[in-house]
Amino acid sequence: MSTEKNKDIETTGHSWDGIEEYNNPLPKWWLWTFYLTIVWGLIYTIAYPAWPLIRGATPGLLGFSTREDVAADIAAVNERNAAIMERLADVELASLADDAELQGFARNAGAAVFRSNCVQCHGAGAAGVQASGYPNLLDDDWLWGGTIDDIAFTVTNGIRNEQSPDARYSEMPAFGELLEGDEIKALVAHVRAISGQEYDAALAATGAELFIDNCAACHGDEGKGDQGVGAPNLTDAIWLYGGDEARLAETITYARFGVMPAWSEEYRHGQGLDRAEINAVAAYVHGLGGGQ
Amino acid sequence: MGILDKHKIFETNATVLLVGSLLVVTVGGIVEIAPLFYLENTIEKVEGMRPYSPLELQGRDIYIREGCYVCHSQMIRPMRDEVERYGHYSLAAESMYDHPFQWGSKRTGPDLARVGGRYSDEWHVDHLTDPQSVVPESVMPKYGFLLHRELEAEHIGDLMATNRAVGVPYSDEMIESASADFMVQVNPFGDTDGLLERYPGAQVRNFDGEPGVSEMDALIAYMQMLGTLVDFSTFEPDTSR
Ligand code: HEC
Ligand code: HEC
Ligand code: HEC
Repeated sequence: MSTEKNKDIETTGHSWDGIEEYNNPLPKWWLWTFYLTIVWGLIYTIAYPAWPLIRGATPGLLGFSTREDVAADIAAVNERNAAIMERLADVELASLADDAELQGFARNAGAAVFRSNCVQCHGAGAAGVQASGYPNLLDDDWLWGGTIDDIAFTVTNGIRNEQSPDARYSEMPAFGELLEGDEIKALVAHVRAISGQEYDAALAATGAELFIDNCAACHGDEGKGDQGVGAPNLTDAIWLYGGDEARLAETITYARFGVMPAWSEEYRHGQGLDRAEINAVAAYVHGLGGGQ
Repeated sequence: MGILDKHKIFETNATVLLVGSLLVVTVGGIVEIAPLFYLENTIEKVEGMRPYSPLELQGRDIYIREGCYVCHSQMIRPMRDEVERYGHYSLAAESMYDHPFQWGSKRTGPDLARVGGRYSDEWHVDHLTDPQSVVPESVMPKYGFLLHRELEAEHIGDLMATNRAVGVPYSDEMIESASADFMVQVNPFGDTDGLLERYPGAQVRNFDGEPGVSEMDALIAYMQMLGTLVDFSTFEPDTSR
């Protein structure tokens, strides 16, 4: 330890088994930075919420509050759009097209609402998920109606959910419990016939009769569907659950029960979408190409 | 030099050093932790919160077992973009029955604090079985095996008793009827009066659409109740925090 060169450096005076300890002072810049951080810390706890007292903590001189900040942030954006959002909330949707400015705003706002809330089921491009029951919203093949009012109603209340008492509702029976296997095969052939696919003619003839008895009430005599009960048109090539034989047999045997949640905040404990947002997303979906 | 010279007493006596260190650390603990237990603005009372029903609690265990928290947080930060996408920012009271809490700060996927009611049960089954089938861009792994793992209600009471030991106010009645409550929550035709009285707002459905109680049922029951207990159309949070 004590080499010649270090003779003049002070030691702490400790000596352990003859080993001594240097007392090297900390560099000045380091020491002063350290003192500064202490001063800064004190100022900080005075400026911001910090010291716990008996009932609450000191609020800090700057009055910082994350909750007030976010509320102010939201209020600022809402205020900027307040006038047009109010117009959007009160608009008669059917006449939205007459007001080009409002319609343009609605479609843009609606696109944002769609991206935050709808893409997980209807896809980023609104093309749905093929043969999985999540319908394509780009085409003009509507289950429940394609006017802008129909769309807004569907979004507000959803489909076959337990959230809204006004949810669109219908239930195709599971025909596996009502018909024989052969009869279901015949129905599959008939559905393939009316949708312009390859089919077994003999089976399809039986199927046509069964269809009138069992299916026409919802899907119509010609299988063109009924928007009143959300029954799809079976004669086009657009399938909700798939048009190959296996998928058709599965649909008819077990039936499907497509569910969409209600989006109105009224049915979502204050979460969900308000009237203006629903009108916006309805305008967006209506404007995608298939609106009627 | 005075008092500073006295550090020799600490440096030469391990026990004194240990006790001294403990005292110093305790001061930090008292100042930083203890106030959280009594300050009124950390303990915000919120209406609607209740302990998890047995099925939801089991689902929560599966959520933890499968490491869903590695990619998903459950705390909506008070920021505008978060509130727009996920809903009202989270309140401390909303995780008061979580042991351990699932707040997290790592988000590969979206926050799930208010995922309840956002999607249908069918969507959850489709999504958990094969996330890419509904969200082609997804990097979430597949959890289809949950559909085939049947659950027994045998040990659910023990799980609740364990939660009670760490502070969840499960009553004796709740623990006694745990197995029955567990089974009946997936049976819309069963006698659910007791369940709904003990756990107001519990959703009763066959969540996975298959007979029996599978891990999928439990996980979806948990997903579908997340963030749904507090009614924000009537609740006004205190802004002073
Ligand atoms: C949980 C998945 C899910 C989410 C999220 C979802 N939908 Fe749907 N949506 C469905 C399903 C499933 C159907 C078809 C139900 C049926 O079989 O009738 C549907 C149907 C629709 C229809 C009716 C289509 C028609 O042909 O009549 C519209 C319009 C619609 N959705 C719009 C939206 C909008 C806008 C949003 C976002 C605010 C949204 N959906 C979010 C699942 C979802
Ligand atoms: C009570 C009304 C009702 C009756 C009766 C009914 N359906 Fe349906 N059907 C529906 C509804 C509603 C859907 C939409 C699917 C859903 O429930 O999500 C549907 C869907 C379908 C589909 C799927 C279409 C697609 O695009 O993938 C097929 C196929 C079908 N029905 C065939 C039949 C046949 C065959 C019968 C008679 C044996 C029948 N349905 C009877 C209401 C009905
Ligand atoms: C490797 C990371 C990862 C893991 C592990 C993971 N997820 Fe995800 N999750 C994602 C990603 C990424 C998304 C967004 C894309 C999508 O919807 O699939 C997502 C989306 C979701 C969503 C939709 C949320 C919304 O608001 O759109 C739910 C619900 C979900 N995950 C549940 C779960 C559950 C339950 C588990 C555990 C069984 C789990 N995740 C495990 C990455 C993950």
